[in-house]
Parts: sequence; C-alpha cells; structure tokens
Amino acid sequence: MTALNELTLAAALKGLANKDFSSRELTQAHLDAMAGAEALNAYLIATTDQALAMADASDERRKNAETGPLEGIPLGIKDLFCTKGVRTTAGSKILGDFTPSYESTVSSNLWHDGAVMLGKLNMDEFAMGSSNENSAFGPVVNPWRAKGGDQKLVPGGSSGGSAAAVAAGLCLGATATDTGGSIRQPASFTGTVGIKPTYGRCSRWGIVAFASSLDQAGPITRTVEDAAIMLRSMSGHDPKDSTSLKADVPDFTAACTRSLKGLRIGIPKEYRVEGMPAEIEKIWANGMDWLRAEGCEIIDVSLPHTKYALPAYYIIAPAEASSNLARYDGMRYGVRVEGADLTETYEKTRGQGFGEEVRRRIMMGAYVLSAGFYDAYYIRAQKVRARIAEDFKNAFSQCDALLTPTAPSAAFGINARLNDPVQMYLNDIFTVTANLAGLPGISVPAALDNTGLPLGLQVIGKALDEETCFAVGGALERAADFNAKPSKWW
Amino acid sequence: MSVDAKTVRKIAHLARLEVAEDRLAPLADELNGILSWIEQLNEVDVEGVAPMASVEDVPTPTREDIITDGNIRDDVLANAPKTEESFFVMPKAVE
Repeated sequence: MTALNELTLAAALKGLANKDFSSRELTQAHLDAMAGAEALNAYLIATTDQALAMADASDERRKNAETGPLEGIPLGIKDLFCTKGVRTTAGSKILGDFTPSYESTVSSNLWHDGAVMLGKLNMDEFAMGSSNENSAFGPVVNPWRAKGGDQKLVPGGSSGGSAAAVAAGLCLGATATDTGGSIRQPASFTGTVGIKPTYGRCSRWGIVAFASSLDQAGPITRTVEDAAIMLRSMSGHDPKDSTSLKADVPDFTAACTRSLKGLRIGIPKEYRVEGMPAEIEKIWANGMDWLRAEGCEIIDVSLPHTKYALPAYYIIAPAEASSNLARYDGMRYGVRVEGADLTETYEKTRGQGFGEEVRRRIMMGAYVLSAGFYDAYYIRAQKVRARIAEDFKNAFSQCDALLTPTAPSAAFGINARLNDPVQMYLNDIFTVTANLAGLPGISVPAALDNTGLPLGLQVIGKALDEETCFAVGGALERAADFNAKPSKWW
Repeated sequence: MSVDAKTVRKIAHLARLEVAEDRLAPLADELNGILSWIEQLNEVDVEGVAPMASVEDVPTPTREDIITDGNIRDDVLANAPKTEESFFVMPKAVE
C-alpha cells in the first residue's frame, strides 16, 4: 500500500470515504513526515496539536455523515495567509510574533470544507522572490537534486515552502499565492501542479498584501485533479474583498477529463526567448504533439509586447508594494526598534525589520511614485500593461488557450543567482504576463531534463475559464505520464 | 534617468527606511541596474492608451453604510509592541 503521505488528495478522499484510514491516521502520517524533513525548511510552524484536534473533529463529522468536499484532508498553508491564533510572518522579521485574531477567507473556506491545517509554510519575504532565498527564516531546500549530485537546489519562489512540502509528501496540497509567477514557477521547479486562477476568483481578504492589483491565491498539489478539488473550495465571492468576482464556481474536477477535440491552442512566438535551453524547446514541442493527438489545432499567435511585461511589472509591483508595506511602522503590530524620535523610530523599525530585497523594492516603488517620475515610470508602465492585456485579447480571438513553458530553466543552486537582481527577475518571464492581464495559468510537470530535474508546461486561459486550463492541463498530465518523485535524501 | 547617492538618501527618507551611509552608493548602483533595464519601456508606443490600474472592468462595488464590525478593542491591541490601558503607545508625534 502507498504510504499515507504519498497519496494524491483525490485518493485520500476515497480512502477516507471507504474507511481505509481515519483523518487522524492520515494527519499523523504527515506530521511524522514533517518531523523528519527539517532539512528542507519547508514549514515555519507545525501546528501539531491543532492538526490532530481538527482531524479528530473531522473523523467525528464523518461518523455523523457530515462530510465536506475536503473532509479530513491535511493541508499546508503559506505563511502569507492570516490564521487565527497561529503566528503569521509573511516570511519577514518585521511582523515579529504577529498572531492574527482572524482567519483569511481562503483558509477559512478550506476549514469550512473539512480540511485540516498541518502548519505554516516558508516563503520569500512578503512574497518577493523567485528562489525562496529571501525568507527571514532561511531558504527552503528543493527535495529534488540533480542526478548523482548533492548540491542544494532552490524550490523556486515565492511559494517555495508550499511547492517543496507538496513534492516531499509533507502535505496533500498547499495554499500558495502568485503575483508574478509565485505559484507556477515553484510548481515547475518541484514537479508539482500549480494554478493561479483569474484575478478575483479567490478572495484576497486576510492575505498579507504585496501588489494588490496582481496578487491571487491558488493551490499547489501533486495532480491536476487535486488542484481542481482544492481550487473549488478556495474560490468564491467574498464581500470583504471589493475585487472578488461575483462569478459561479464551476466543478473544476469535471473539466479535468473533458474532451479537447476541436480546441485551438495558441503558441506565442515571442516566448521563444534567446538562450532558452534546448530541452525546454523540446518539451514544449512534445506538449504540442500531445495536444494534437487529443484533437487540438495548434496555431501560431503573437503577443508582441511580451518582452515589456517584466520591466512593467517591476514598476507596478514595487509601486503597489511601497504603498501596501507603509503599514509596517512598528506602532500597531510587529516589531518596533526605538529611535530618538518618531521618524527615526520608523526608519530603524523598517530598515532593520525588512530584508534586502524588500527594502530594494520599496525604494524602487517610492522612486517611481515620487514627484517628477510618476508619469515617466508609473503611468507609462500602466499603459504598457494595457498593451499587454490587449495582446491577449487579440490572441484569444484566434485560440482558446495558450501553451508555453512555465519557466526558462530548471531549479538552480542555492546562492547561484543572488548577485544580480535582474537575472533573478527573469525567472518570471513566462508567468508574469498572466498576472498583468489577470488571466488563469496552470503549470503541469511535463518531463525531467537530462540532469533529472522536473520541467513544467504552462496553459494560460481566458478570464474565468480555468476549466479549459484544467482540461488541457489534465491532457498534458496524462500524456506526459509524469510520476517521478524526488528520492528521499533528507 | 539614473539615481545617485543623494537621490537614494532622499528616496530612503520618503520610504522611512534607515540606510547606512556606506550603503547609499552600492544601492544607487543596484537601482540603476534595474532602472536601465526598465528604460526599454520607452520603446513602446502608448499614444492614446489609457493607463490600466485594474484588470476588472466592473465598477467598485458599494455596500450599505451600516456597522458590520466592532467591539474588538482587545483584538486590535493584542499585537501592539507597546500599549497602556486601552491605548497604543507611540513616540511623540507633535512637538
């Protein structure tokens, strides 16, 4: 029998329904796996007692035939989601021992549907990063290693803890967030599935804000079906988030096995970037073949402003971040570092509480919003954003979904790319466009490269058409038959 | 456009971030690296394009002007670094 922490979420639901095991047993198996995986640094806090109490309560509900769609399923929660009574750090020192007195809407939806919380997952500070090396609590280590090597690799970021935990069997699924690629790029680096839904699909209420016009929550799981199950529970209109969409949440799971006959799949030519490894070209071509075999028509499309997406993002996201992070002033919550007067107290608190990358982005944001530069940088970037959204609108008049690689490389070594911010930013070159345009995008593991590391393919859909992402993602998953797992070294 | 150490000091003050004197010049270099990469946005023809602040084209919803929350003083104060009775305590703000 498969170990309980290696089941898919869907298989675990079946096993619980068949009474093959209890939620307590399932939860305990994960807590044991977590206790043996400290070398990965994926969890910041294990909420052991709470997990077991939630599991017992779930077993009790099942006895009374009161089962929710995630009844008894143990999940990990990215530490960007506020959890009532459980310390929430956003990967930063500045929040200190901040312990919310409220629960984020997304996590509260999961508990309402019967899920069990295992703990809080490590992440890049305030979700700013592509390697999880920007956490104030140390980097997360990717459970994957190159064939025959023992070099520690990054899990991607910012949802690196979520991706590593799912890949290593430390939860059946995890919440994550994606502002420029923070769900999809780590999914690609760890051989897991991650979907960023349409902007507004999941409520942002109770999620620590980074760039509010781009932030969106989504799940990271081991299969496409698992992502569909989890996203359905996470989604839904919330009056507490004014950007939350009033749209019905469809049965995403049913879409995973939907026929693709006649679907038009666009291949954006601008995503063939210089210096992209030949293996990524190859899996992309394989993906096209797999979808042709399912009856899809593969067509070339153009998204002419693609190369401007990242530079526009690095104006818009820091601008929004510098405003959002103004709240960390050491007065109402978090850590305070006393200075000679109020201004110095602010400056010391923020200078010492924020990490290097966060400070850099706040500075960028403050600069592009400052008098004299606002129009040249910020307004121009917003106009370029409109151009990028328009590109997608034009492409979607010719096709139903887009197929692209998820990331321009496989996982790289810890400390390998820390010295050049712009090189690090380029990790999000294929993912950031979907954030700027508010579109859903899923990453599905497609193959191992010749060093034995996973690579993902991305499907971008029209707004509110996650179902096509799941349908195409499901077909890619079946054709790729990806069932490789990292060999346990931790 | 590029920034120098003096500009970095000004931005740091606007953002209320303490930056050590010897970090000003290296930070200027880092920001200039990013800014010169961003310069390529000037190639884009944005004539007549409206700036896009949100991907949603629905108007911001309004709600009835009624009280939906409150009486949670202890919750509000629970995470404060310094409190006295039912107040936040902060350094003097008005001279």
